[in-house]
Amino acid sequence: MRKALVIAWKDILSEARTKEIVSSVLVFAILVIVIFNFAFGGSREVLLSVAPGILWATFAFAGVLSLNRAFVPEKEECCLEGLLACPISREVIYVGKLLASLLFMLFVEAIVLPIFALFFNVAVFSFELVTITFLATIGFAAVGTLFSALAVNTRAREMVLPILFFPIVTPVIIAAVTSSGLVLDGQSWSDISSWLMILAAFDVIFLVVSYLIFAFVIEE
Amino acid sequence: MKEAQSGWAIETRGLIRSFNNLLAINGLDLVVGRGQTLAVFGPNGAGKSTLIKILSTVMKPSAGEVLIDGFSLKGNTEEVRRRIGLVSHYTFLYSNFTAYENLQFYSRLYDVPNFRERIYEVAGMVGMSSRLHDRVAIFSRGMQQRLSIARALLHRPAIMLLDEPETGLDQQAVAMLWEALRADGVDGRTILFTSHSLERGLEVCDHLLILHRGRIVHQQPNKGLDLAGLRRIYRQSTGVGGAAVA
Repeated sequence: MRKALVIAWKDILSEARTKEIVSSVLVFAILVIVIFNFAFGGSREVLLSVAPGILWATFAFAGVLSLNRAFVPEKEECCLEGLLACPISREVIYVGKLLASLLFMLFVEAIVLPIFALFFNVAVFSFELVTITFLATIGFAAVGTLFSALAVNTRAREMVLPILFFPIVTPVIIAAVTSSGLVLDGQSWSDISSWLMILAAFDVIFLVVSYLIFAFVIEE
Repeated sequence: MKEAQSGWAIETRGLIRSFNNLLAINGLDLVVGRGQTLAVFGPNGAGKSTLIKILSTVMKPSAGEVLIDGFSLKGNTEEVRRRIGLVSHYTFLYSNFTAYENLQFYSRLYDVPNFRERIYEVAGMVGMSSRLHDRVAIFSRGMQQRLSIARALLHRPAIMLLDEPETGLDQQAVAMLWEALRADGVDGRTILFTSHSLERGLEVCDHLLILHRGRIVHQQPNKGLDLAGLRRIYRQSTGVGGAAVA
């Protein structure tokens, strides 16, 4: 775990210097929210009904943008072989990259949520919504980090990742949209518990599966 | 961890690596003794870089067995990686980071004890002490290659694998490279390096081999062999000569 943190810290330090991921993803996310707000503006009822979908469309596409960059430093600077030659298992590389991606996505979401609340005039600062966001983001990062490693060696990696990523994370998006809608509608924990369990189960399954098959993906 | 199975520093048995239908390494049986400096020559596409990638565990062989310092790659990869220092065509350095930060990153991954002192030590060996806190992005190719050599030396590996290590280095830096490899407090370090320069290879190796189409077509100790003789052997073994042979 310590070495996974070293890899994550390397990515965080690099991002802190370049701000490549956070700045571009933030601009994209805010633009989407602004555009949808104007598109559906006016009626509060309409806004409330589309808000969960817009929120998760924003997070999902922003997540893809962020995950697309997960292995780009290694690819562009030809450092992947150096990392593979280190006395660490391939799984450590996966965990390190996963932690960094998760942190970038959560950071962006922490900024986007208040902006979303402002534009759509909804209360997003509830423990329920934070839990949904956290669980769904873990699912995105677990799958996305694996596919990012797969896509980085392809010529059209910006296209390959979404094509692989979205069909797999559809259950996460559905669970997140539905449960977020219930929370914004004032429902209680018991009403969203089944959706939270789906999110948690997805996270566990895909964390384990991605962890186990990452070595094959990164080596071949 | 399995017991050591070989007395050689590097041993391959029936090593094969194919890419689709192309055999990059074709049934290679190789032994390198401890403390040997082996030069691997061969034309482009001979399989030199593929061999280095397999020995350094970056690439898996299609078939055959590899033993490093007596340990099979199967089931002992982390143990093997600790014993290997790798210098490639690529420097494996992150340009956003300073030289020190790069060396610190790799020190932590290799569990280098007292890494601060070691970083200054290896930087001194390659003449980079004064540039440790500059970003790699502003370094010339030669400086990056020197730092790459320092990175490979950090964990005092017993075996160095060098894929055309002199790329981008001036004459002074080349001399510094070989001095650093040999004067690092590691007794009997084994060095396997690839080169297109027969002259440079002949100067520093004690054994040499020529690879062609994934096979060893010639090998011998570097005794009583001059450059003209090596050029003749190279031409006869590979069919490549003239301006292509430095």
